[in-house]
Amino acid sequence: MSADATATFADPTAASPADPRPSLALAMYSMWLRELVRFWRQKGRMAGALGTPLLIWVVIGAGFGETFKPAGAESSPGYLQFFFPGIVVLTVLFTAIYSTITVIEDRQEGFLQGVLVAPVSRAGVVIGKMLGGTTLAVIQGILVLAAGPLAGVRLSLASTAGALLFLVLVSFALTGLGMVIAWAMDSSGGFHAIMNLLLMPMWMLSGAVFPYAGAHSVLRALMFVNPMTYAVDGLRRALGAGAAHFSFTVCLIVTAGFGALTACSAVAIANRKSGRER
Amino acid sequence: MSSPIVEVQGVTKRFGDRTALNAVSFNVEPGDIVALLGPNGGGKTTLFRILATLLAADSGTVRVCGLDVDAAPAGVRRALGVVFQAPSLDRKLTAAENLKHHGHLYGLRGAELRRRAHDLLTRVGIADRSADRIETLSGGLARRVEIAKGILPGPRVLLLDEPSTGLDPAARRELWNQLDAIRRSDGVTVLLTTHIMDEAEQCDRVILLDQGNVVADDTPENLKGRVGGDVVTITGHDTPALTRRIAELVGTAPAVVDGSIHLETPDGAALIPKLAGALAGDMQSLTLARPTLEDAFLHITGRSFETEAAA
Repeated sequence: MSADATATFADPTAASPADPRPSLALAMYSMWLRELVRFWRQKGRMAGALGTPLLIWVVIGAGFGETFKPAGAESSPGYLQFFFPGIVVLTVLFTAIYSTITVIEDRQEGFLQGVLVAPVSRAGVVIGKMLGGTTLAVIQGILVLAAGPLAGVRLSLASTAGALLFLVLVSFALTGLGMVIAWAMDSSGGFHAIMNLLLMPMWMLSGAVFPYAGAHSVLRALMFVNPMTYAVDGLRRALGAGAAHFSFTVCLIVTAGFGALTACSAVAIANRKSGRER
Repeated sequence: MSSPIVEVQGVTKRFGDRTALNAVSFNVEPGDIVALLGPNGGGKTTLFRILATLLAADSGTVRVCGLDVDAAPAGVRRALGVVFQAPSLDRKLTAAENLKHHGHLYGLRGAELRRRAHDLLTRVGIADRSADRIETLSGGLARRVEIAKGILPGPRVLLLDEPSTGLDPAARRELWNQLDAIRRSDGVTVLLTTHIMDEAEQCDRVILLDQGNVVADDTPENLKGRVGGDVVTITGHDTPALTRRIAELVGTAPAVVDGSIHLETPDGAALIPKLAGALAGDMQSLTLARPTLEDAFLHITGRSFETEAAA
């Protein structure tokens, strides 16, 4: 029976001109491009995404950093410098996660249903969308990173390269996390609740705000299992922004692993065939 | 004779206690335009979603081009073009961009894709708007882009869910001309769901779905033929009394639907003078008509299609 069907497909007189096995790379490229085009055409989103780094520039540049210094603390290395990797990760967190809200929009506007009946592997669609979100988050991250010298962070070739590596990995991982959350949701209201209940605490317990070394043992345990800790720490080590706790290799492996895990989870969730009516 | 291009056998789907589809079976022959006709809630959309590989049936098998939807969903998706009832276009993208991205998901690319997309947009009459974003197009024009999107991958079977939704009568006629043209030029089999009788009338075959069951599967002509002759409709002030008197006159109890009395008769022309003479003072109206699909639905299910749809 299936042999017959294959023969029918190969029939040159058949109406179908398309490749019977659509390319994964093509689908990924297509979904990636669409994310960027949509972003470009939504001026509100663009203003928000570019405004955040600008605000950070102004705040840091205006010498706001002085107020971060605890009374009587030595003037160097300074809390602002320590805090800087956390600012970068927070910016990326917002952009990456919110870019995946487009999954909910895609579902509500109906675009997603057309994608789901296409023969292409859903992995291509999901990863393509993730790469779109990653690209936007990395661009924004770079804009914030450029404010580094204002916060006392020296940007050499090596430190910039190291920071970019972590920037890309953490953007990809967080976009994947957003995708996992967004895929199952049908309203963006629920998404905001998750953002507040899960993602903000994740960031606060990532070593972005206070160092791992001096934390209470319960907090340390939470920070130890929090994958974001390693992204912040890796970024801090790469930038030489204060004392990092874990080794570069550990941070790299955990952050890359976090990305692989969220990407695989997002693909797995997208591949589930619905048994219910949606 | 070629084998069926769509085979549905014993498909059952439940949502909790509600049985949406109950052992539904039918075949579709290549090149036909077939309507899944039924009132809302009759199971059409559930069946559509199962055929489109979006929903798994509880039991039964569905094959498209000989491929099982559960075992080979990618092959089935390859063979299908799907037009949803709800819009599926990206409103921030232009018509041409929508087709481009959709083509990519089917492995189409480059000059071949651009040529095909342009041809289709020309064919549905909106080539001049192809660089406009969907959000600037009217509902009718966007619908045409949806159709073009459905046909773009060159499907063997085009699946449409309530394709006339939101279209005015002129746009509806145009849609039908397009569907007919696609079938003629590309030999595409068309399977659509509808609750509009006029739409089902124009199909080669009508599969009547009622409360999750296939209650009839025939050509529109044969379905109407089942009514057996003509349909006489009578209305009056005192419907129950009128019904009793008509029953005495003709010897069978007529059906009462939405306050009007429906009488199926082999020869309406002969019956009319008899009814008119006996009931003249009590009637408001007396009409004679060839049976419609609505009459056929009433004949087969014993219920009015309109009442069902409203329920």
